[in-house]
Amino acid sequence: MGLKSTLHNLKEKYKGTKMAPAFNAIHTFLYLPNETTHNGTHIKAADDLKRTMNTVIMAMVPCLIFGMFNAGYQHYAAFGTPVEFLSWDAFYIGLIKVLPLVIVSYGVGLAIEFLFAVIKKHEVEEGYLVTGMLVPLIVPVDTPLWMLAVAVAFGVVIGKEVFGGTGMNILNPALTIRAFLFFAYPTWMSGDKVWVHGAVERANKIAEGANLDAISGETILGGLAQGKDLGYSVADMFFGFIPGSVGETSTILILLGGLFLIFTKIGSWRIMLSSVMGALAMGLIFNGVVDAGWITESSKFYGLMSTVWWHHLIIGGFAFGTVFMATDPVTASQTNKGKWIYGFLIGFISILIRVFNPAYPEGVMLAILLMNVFAPTIDHYVVQGNVKKRMKRLKVKTA
Amino acid sequence: MGLLSKKDAKLITDPLADNNPITIQVLGICSALAITAELKASIVMAISVLFVLGVGNVVISLMRNIIPSKIRIIVQLTVVAALVIIVDQVLKAFAYELSKTLSVFVGLIITNCIIMGRFEAFALGNGPWKSFLDGIGNALGYGVILIIVGFFRELLGSGTLLGFKVLGDPIEKTGLYAIGYENNGFMLLSPMALIVVGIIIWVQRSRNKELIED
Repeated sequence: MGLKSTLHNLKEKYKGTKMAPAFNAIHTFLYLPNETTHNGTHIKAADDLKRTMNTVIMAMVPCLIFGMFNAGYQHYAAFGTPVEFLSWDAFYIGLIKVLPLVIVSYGVGLAIEFLFAVIKKHEVEEGYLVTGMLVPLIVPVDTPLWMLAVAVAFGVVIGKEVFGGTGMNILNPALTIRAFLFFAYPTWMSGDKVWVHGAVERANKIAEGANLDAISGETILGGLAQGKDLGYSVADMFFGFIPGSVGETSTILILLGGLFLIFTKIGSWRIMLSSVMGALAMGLIFNGVVDAGWITESSKFYGLMSTVWWHHLIIGGFAFGTVFMATDPVTASQTNKGKWIYGFLIGFISILIRVFNPAYPEGVMLAILLMNVFAPTIDHYVVQGNVKKRMKRLKVKTA
Repeated sequence: MGLLSKKDAKLITDPLADNNPITIQVLGICSALAITAELKASIVMAISVLFVLGVGNVVISLMRNIIPSKIRIIVQLTVVAALVIIVDQVLKAFAYELSKTLSVFVGLIITNCIIMGRFEAFALGNGPWKSFLDGIGNALGYGVILIIVGFFRELLGSGTLLGFKVLGDPIEKTGLYAIGYENNGFMLLSPMALIVVGIIIWVQRSRNKELIED
């Protein structure tokens, strides 16, 4: 008897009891359920919710592994003892810092999903699989684990379960979790202490009087918001050798993940493309304002406004948000025309928030959440527009 | 109950639970969001509304037969405004710091929908004793929610209760803060008050399914 049949028997045994959904969940997560239909006419498709989710996770794995290397690399670079990027030393730091984030994210999130499934007597939904992977990738590496646990609990319950669970949520749960962290514990989500592992302890020691060099652990955005150029090259930014949230730094790997999602027809290329266009448009406008001389170097917006327009795509979390979170099929616009508008506004507003609100340097999070709220409205008007157009055609024909 | 007849007692107990002005009628939300970041402010607000609604209901009830119905809203407003001015002056005289924390929200008791709602719905058609009970009941129902929300927001947001550092000192790192706990800044922002009220509504309605609207 293999594990599969054991699970199947357990499932039969507990059928109709309170705990049944829990066994069902483990069973369907690991195997194809036994209850497939064998005869009659049915359309057979290989992709279900589970496979869709797994594909997205596969697209994110490179970012996760890169993030682990980068966590260690940034740690050693900041402490003045640089190591090779692809070294065991770097990976080890990343492993012991990032893996707990992943475990806490999945542990807490799935525990709540199981709890709700048992209480509400429905099957456990796969919805948390992607969220659980997104969360560790979009938080700073030194986020305390209990904070992450609180935020995940909040995000899953208030962001998703109160609306009725997977597929019913208005806001992207991963971003709800990040927004909660951001507003609840701002000192742990911004500034120059949290992006490099060890910077917090070191700052505390310096505050207590130890004779150590302070670490400049700012993200590029944080630096630019204060008018400082941190001196990273375009290649560094593109390949991702920069401080930032765990998985958001490497634009090239995110790009590959995005292409994978487009190729497997899971991510919407319309949203990704229009979002990039929106960001570039806003970047160009700001560059134009600087070129026209309306903003001088004394302005506090100068640093980010004068950033070369296309650099916005490769710094901060823009690429990650656009590829993996703006395209979330539940919270995005559903109509094709709506997707263009939705994506474009995400890009446009991201850069707008980035520049005008230095307190919230990561505009893409707020932009996506904002557009999540407006997505149904956009769809409504797209559909109404189409209805109107067809009504007109009908009148012309019948007249 | 010896003191009150069963019907009269219901006037007080109903608004406390199954006909709560905030969680069921969804009135008076603005002040519930605005001033509940501190427990003390919530309590003072609850007492102020208790006074205004209790006295106001009696006054309106006494005048109910002589108020021309065309101008009754203006008469009601005058009564609330007079009572709120008393509250405001008392606060300014005896609790100046608190009146600064509550700022405009004391004045805005005038526009609190619960008060005008009770005047219109109850005091205009019932005797003074019943109106008094109804006013007290609704003000208590409002105050209970305010105090629950204020309790959680102050405890989790600032780590204090009524100003006492119940969770330890965040700067000296004592108590819970010694093991890395931090205050939740989100709790101090108004959106979180809405979420806390939402959670209370959720808990209440899942305990009593009859309250769920379609």
